[in-house]
Amino acid sequence: MSTTTQAPETTRTGLLLRVLPVGMYAGRSRALVERSFLVNRRTWLQVVSGFFEPLFFLFGLGFGFGKLIGDVVGPGGETISYVAYVAPALLAASAMNGAVYDATFNLFFKLKYAKLYDAVLATPLGPLDIAIGEITWALIRGALYGTGFLTVMLGMGLLTSPWAVFALPAAILIAFAFGALGMACTTFMRSWHDFDLVQLALVPMFLFSTTFYPITVYPGAVQFAVKCFPLYHAIEVMRALCTGYVDASIVGHLAYFVVMALVGVVVASRRLGKLLLA
Amino acid sequence: MRPAIVPDVVAETAVRDGGLVRARGLTKQFGDFEAVRGIDLDVEPGEAFGFLGPNGAGKSSTMRMVSCVSPRTGGDLTVLGMDPRTQGPDIRARLGVVPQQDNLDNELTVRQNLHIYGRYFGLSKAHVRAKAVELLDFAQLTDRADAEVEPLSGGMKRRLTIARSLINDPELLLLDEPTTGLDPQARHLLWDRLFRLRQQGVTLIITTHYMDEAEQLCDRLVVMDGGKIVAEGSPGELIARYCSREVLELRFVTDKPDAAAAEGLADRIEVLPDRLLLYTSDGEASLAAAHQRGLAPASSLVRRGTLEDVFLRLTGRTLVD
Repeated sequence: MSTTTQAPETTRTGLLLRVLPVGMYAGRSRALVERSFLVNRRTWLQVVSGFFEPLFFLFGLGFGFGKLIGDVVGPGGETISYVAYVAPALLAASAMNGAVYDATFNLFFKLKYAKLYDAVLATPLGPLDIAIGEITWALIRGALYGTGFLTVMLGMGLLTSPWAVFALPAAILIAFAFGALGMACTTFMRSWHDFDLVQLALVPMFLFSTTFYPITVYPGAVQFAVKCFPLYHAIEVMRALCTGYVDASIVGHLAYFVVMALVGVVVASRRLGKLLLA
Repeated sequence: MRPAIVPDVVAETAVRDGGLVRARGLTKQFGDFEAVRGIDLDVEPGEAFGFLGPNGAGKSSTMRMVSCVSPRTGGDLTVLGMDPRTQGPDIRARLGVVPQQDNLDNELTVRQNLHIYGRYFGLSKAHVRAKAVELLDFAQLTDRADAEVEPLSGGMKRRLTIARSLINDPELLLLDEPTTGLDPQARHLLWDRLFRLRQQGVTLIITTHYMDEAEQLCDRLVVMDGGKIVAEGSPGELIARYCSREVLELRFVTDKPDAAAAEGLADRIEVLPDRLLLYTSDGEASLAAAHQRGLAPASSLVRRGTLEDVFLRLTGRTLVD
């Protein structure tokens, strides 16, 4: 029997690693994902419950409200039902909520109370492995929810374009970006009180980022502010893909999330390093 | 069972670098506070090396630097011949770390704790599965293998933490106050396990403020105080150098101890509120001489000089924190 405890020498290059201090990455974040699977195997009910929240919203707002509102103007100027208008936005919002929840509350608990990462860092794993491992788990969970939600949309005839096959990968990118940024924010939090700020950011973003009505209802200055919110871009992407009115602007929206994800991962792993490797 | 280390590899490492751990002028600073103020260290393969010192002496900071989870502020440090600054993951792959506070994974069972920890080291599932069985037996936790971690006793958690640190067959095991807070039975069981590891050739670095523990376990130790090393040697050497073979304790109940009357009876006399401590090579002879001089203690005790005497002499009797 032999032990191979040498950290693999591969995957130590690339843009991300050049802006991070050496020794922060062992290329073994998969082990942390494996841990998450093991833990959640015992609490699967809690995992499943996350699937229903966006569905409740879809039925409550789509059908309840939709009856009241009737048809609306879609992204391509076409007439669509209100439920078809709201559903892609709810998909985007649930990608955001799920990722942020995992990267803030769950991470903070493991960081400050369970002392999980103190134990992990005594092994070859570094802060970047932790950041990637934890975000990956959040994405796997998010992908499961996204698949469920899209399946329901398909069943309700709300996916009217072949572009919709890209909705799931787009949801994963959006979740990645929110998760990474949420994780970066968590590393600055001192106590549970600071999480009120997370709610303070998420709730208005959910309500005002064109989730329920088009951006044209706002005056110019407010429109500009809304366009700064990440959720606005997520909703634009989702609405375009689900209805099939895709144009070049989608590249800009996606680029927003690529940058957000990179900044989030770099800040999160640097800060984790500072906190844990003092 | 595979031997815990491959002696050739260790020997080779040692020849190349002159020690498993080598520090020169090592410092650690937290803001304005200097926790470690320039220490030199050489830990040889196969030895059990101890850090002794009061709380806040810099033991844990030193341990964290050696375990590559705390970057040094200054000086040189090599562990297993590598620099923690650039080769942290490679070094940590060959270390076992038992932190001061158990940080077991409370969301997993006893066995899963070992299993997933092995996976962090990149060990195969099959290897980890077999190794976990072996380590559960070593830690006497086989019948609790599938239990939750949270309700385990302090001693069991400690044993599991030590078992976990051995999952990668480390060449160097770092134990930060391994028996603090344990009852005597649990301590002795742990000592027994650490003895076995040493016999298998695992190099141990232990911090403690229990003198009996240091005497039991360590071949060589350093006493730290205020971030510096104030003494170094084997327990016997330190006792010979900083204490005396025997200590005569004269206890006074009513009167204040008359230090002047005892002058010259021993190499060194320490005056405590209720006692005189006479550091001498022959306690009985000093006691007889004290009686002759008319000293009338309420009780007297002749005992061997211990590491505790050394420790108190070097680090003082004042409370540190």
